[in-house]
Amino acid sequence: MRLAINWFKYSAPTTFYGLAGKLIPFFAWPAAILFALGLYIGFFVAPTDAVQSEAYRIMFIHVPASILSMFIYLIMAGYAALGLIFKTRLSSMMASALAPTGALFAFISLWTGALWGKPMWGAWWVWDARLTSELILLFLYLGFIALQASIEDPRRADRASALLAIVGSVNVPIIYYSVQWWNTLHQGSSIKFSGTSMHVAMQQSMFTVLVACWLYVIAVVLARVRSIILERESNTQWVKELAETKQ
Amino acid sequence: MNWSEFFAMNGYGFYVWGSYGVALLVFIVEILMVRHRRTLALRQLRLLNESGEA
Repeated sequence: MRLAINWFKYSAPTTFYGLAGKLIPFFAWPAAILFALGLYIGFFVAPTDAVQSEAYRIMFIHVPASILSMFIYLIMAGYAALGLIFKTRLSSMMASALAPTGALFAFISLWTGALWGKPMWGAWWVWDARLTSELILLFLYLGFIALQASIEDPRRADRASALLAIVGSVNVPIIYYSVQWWNTLHQGSSIKFSGTSMHVAMQQSMFTVLVACWLYVIAVVLARVRSIILERESNTQWVKELAETKQ
Repeated sequence: MNWSEFFAMNGYGFYVWGSYGVALLVFIVEILMVRHRRTLALRQLRLLNESGEA
């Protein structure tokens, strides 16, 4: 059981606070470098698309942002469920830290989709299954944040918002499969396990930006959860003894 | 290809740069908000510490 005990050590806010602070630069700097590299490939190496001309370059941010808006939701719901079942404080704090970033990625997905839709479909928005379910995802994130803000007691807020997050996670497979289940205007994925219909530089750009976004999310969520730990543990001795809380 | 052609994006400049510009803005605003939250949390803790010592 020694190993298990060592692992659980980092599930305590006390030890995680310091660890998170040390880890942030190792995610933030590679994120910045990979963003630059991915966009360089996307704008200077990838060729002009035969059908969509230059407008398709929006996909290098639209696709990674959309994928992450769904993944972040599942991770958030997972942490919320852990907090609900095992009453681990840090899990609930991680769920709270993920929600704003998830909402922002859902917003970027919808925004870039609208700017691509206008020249390609002739409409900023259509009530298509893919677009509508992604909009619901944004509302789920906002609902989660609003519910937490509206309940005074943080432990009760954690429980109520965890239920919302868990129930709302049904929406993620709906977004993912919407292009297959319904006859949508939104196209299906161009990258498939069975082979792809995309130029190799286009795939490289999209994949590099996806990894950059992942690293960015980890860095920004670690930074945010540190503040949440300080806010929620402000009455504890270890927080009072932290060097940064002294003058 | 020269720079003005690059920024024109063959007529799709508004859509392409509107996408990347807003995405960049979102990232910058989020980073500033996270830093601001830390400043507020630390300020609050220093106030608590001071009132505890007094």
